[in-house]
Amino acid sequence: MAEIVIRNLRKEFGAFTAVKGSSFTIKDGEFFMLLGPSGCGKTTTLRMIAGLELPTSGQILIDGEDVSQKPASQRDIAMVFQMFALYPHMNVRKNISYPLVSQGVPKAQIAAKVAEVARILGIESILDKPVGGLSGGDRQRVALGRAIVRNPKAFMMDEPLGALDAEFREHMAEELRALHDRMKATTVYVTHDQLEAMQMGDKIVVMNHGVVEQFGTPQDIYDHPATLFVADFIGSPAMNFLRFDGTAQAGDQSVTLGGIPIALPELQEAASGALVLGVRPEHVALADDAPYRGRIEASEYLGTTQIVTLSTAHGSVKARIPSGEVARLGETVGLRLNARTLSLFDAGTGRALRTAANAGVHHG
Amino acid sequence: MSAYSATEPSAASKWVAGTLVTLYMVITLLPLAWIISTGFKTGPDSISYPPKVIFSPSIEGYVNLFTDRTRATPEQLATMPPPENFVDEIVQRRGEVITGPSRFGERFLNSVIIGFGSTFLSIFLGTLAAYAFSRFKVPLKDDLLFFILSTRMMPPIAVAIPIFLMYRELGLSDTHLGMILLYTGVNISLAVWLLKGFIDEIPREYEEAALIDGYTRFQAFRKVVLPQAATGIASTAIFCLIFAWNEYAFAVLLTSGTAQTAPPFIPTIIGVGGQDWPAVAAGATLFLLPVMIFTILLRKHLLRGITFGAVRK
Repeated sequence: MAEIVIRNLRKEFGAFTAVKGSSFTIKDGEFFMLLGPSGCGKTTTLRMIAGLELPTSGQILIDGEDVSQKPASQRDIAMVFQMFALYPHMNVRKNISYPLVSQGVPKAQIAAKVAEVARILGIESILDKPVGGLSGGDRQRVALGRAIVRNPKAFMMDEPLGALDAEFREHMAEELRALHDRMKATTVYVTHDQLEAMQMGDKIVVMNHGVVEQFGTPQDIYDHPATLFVADFIGSPAMNFLRFDGTAQAGDQSVTLGGIPIALPELQEAASGALVLGVRPEHVALADDAPYRGRIEASEYLGTTQIVTLSTAHGSVKARIPSGEVARLGETVGLRLNARTLSLFDAGTGRALRTAANAGVHHG
Repeated sequence: MSAYSATEPSAASKWVAGTLVTLYMVITLLPLAWIISTGFKTGPDSISYPPKVIFSPSIEGYVNLFTDRTRATPEQLATMPPPENFVDEIVQRRGEVITGPSRFGERFLNSVIIGFGSTFLSIFLGTLAAYAFSRFKVPLKDDLLFFILSTRMMPPIAVAIPIFLMYRELGLSDTHLGMILLYTGVNISLAVWLLKGFIDEIPREYEEAALIDGYTRFQAFRKVVLPQAATGIASTAIFCLIFAWNEYAFAVLLTSGTAQTAPPFIPTIIGVGGQDWPAVAAGATLFLLPVMIFTILLRKHLLRGITFGAVRK
């Protein structure tokens, strides 16, 4: 098992730059998520770590050794592909033993190892079947088996749940996480699904347009997004943005929106001009006595909670409130924003201003 | 009233289709049947008018095909020992004696060597080139592919004279190597293009999985790509073999002795002093067999191969 360090990694495909100087560290045994919309460079980053693409510049260190220009076969890494890429002309047993065959492991040892892996994954009964007829879940397990069979330094997973149907995905996500907890193997996992990333990851890197936007634990990223992009990308429904013009000084504990002061964590830097106040829907409460007002436009019932859409002077706001509360369409109500979790962004740069709350959080 | 089905053809259209297919089959198989049956006729039967459909079969044609004979007078025949086997008997009954084996065997073997040799070489080089074009960044890739295809844009025979002169200078005229190189040159463009299509269809992830599993690029190609390209390789091989096997014009021009293939040789069987149609038909029948057997052996692949791209796996 290994620690993976990425330093100023860059990849150009002709005139197009897929990854622009990424840097982050994946600690030994971490379940590490590369998250971002399609085309953000996350898969390219993964493929560079695996050795399927060579970086244009920058370093990849696995256990302190620079492998950035080494071929995949010399990196001792395993990978699970999105479409699983099981060798179609081999049966399950041969697929799983194939990585061992390349290393010249004796036959008896291969048989023992394959049996052990099959037992861990619960696929003993399908070992002699051709891979063509397997269900999605079984294919997934065989692909995992092929990855874990030779105890590689790290696992790369490229949207491994993307090809499964929604119901089964949940189940496999749990299985994957359980397998990781048991093997404690460094895992790099690419996904565009923010829920999957939050649910499974120890750490998340959020990428966009080839740039690392933020790097941190799921909770840090959710509570204290470093940029407007991250704030918008993570969370469903997304963070509300109240856009306004104003000034903010270091040491301020509130900003003024349309003449109404709104409390937020103490600012540690100043900004002026176009600003954006970000608030998660669950941190908006409806309160008659609150001075900041909004008109209820719609309400979606979600069982335990409901999402209420309000129009305010600074844009539309969604609030997640208990479904027991009454929200009448057309009524004007007060909005109380939870000060502890508010973020203030500079609209020009898209960056979150440093506050007492997010000061310790990594920025990309 | 029977239910209308969008996928199940009606009885009438099935009947029409069946009739058309049968008719087409008869039209295409008739010449073949004619050749095969002529091979088993006697000389007079083969040219009788009206043609004989029912006749007593004879292997005279095949005997003539494989032997060189000379006429003998009745006196000479009388001094000969009694025929040892049925071949001698057939020949002596016509007042001839066998002087030795004909050259058909040799020529047939030449066809086998040159046909299969050039097919192997085309497929070998074609697969490697197609893989490179499919997977790697090749400078001027599109121009190169167009150039490769452009070699097929005129009939090969248009360059017959330059090739004839070149081959004479290089000492390749009437050699097996020369013919193998020539047919490979013609076939390789087809092989590269067809195989590139097949290899493009194989997802790269399979090789990438093998690379990560610790195999080199070449091992991944051999163990993962090749087995999956088998269909494409088989159908391409059939096309290449059919061309090389049947090629006539260059064979006439460039071969006369040691490397002569069967196509230019078969017409010469027709003989001197009398047209030996049964022997020609026997030669043609035997000539048809290898490609037929090869195609039948690979037909499973061929059927999947010629419809490639139509249905996604």
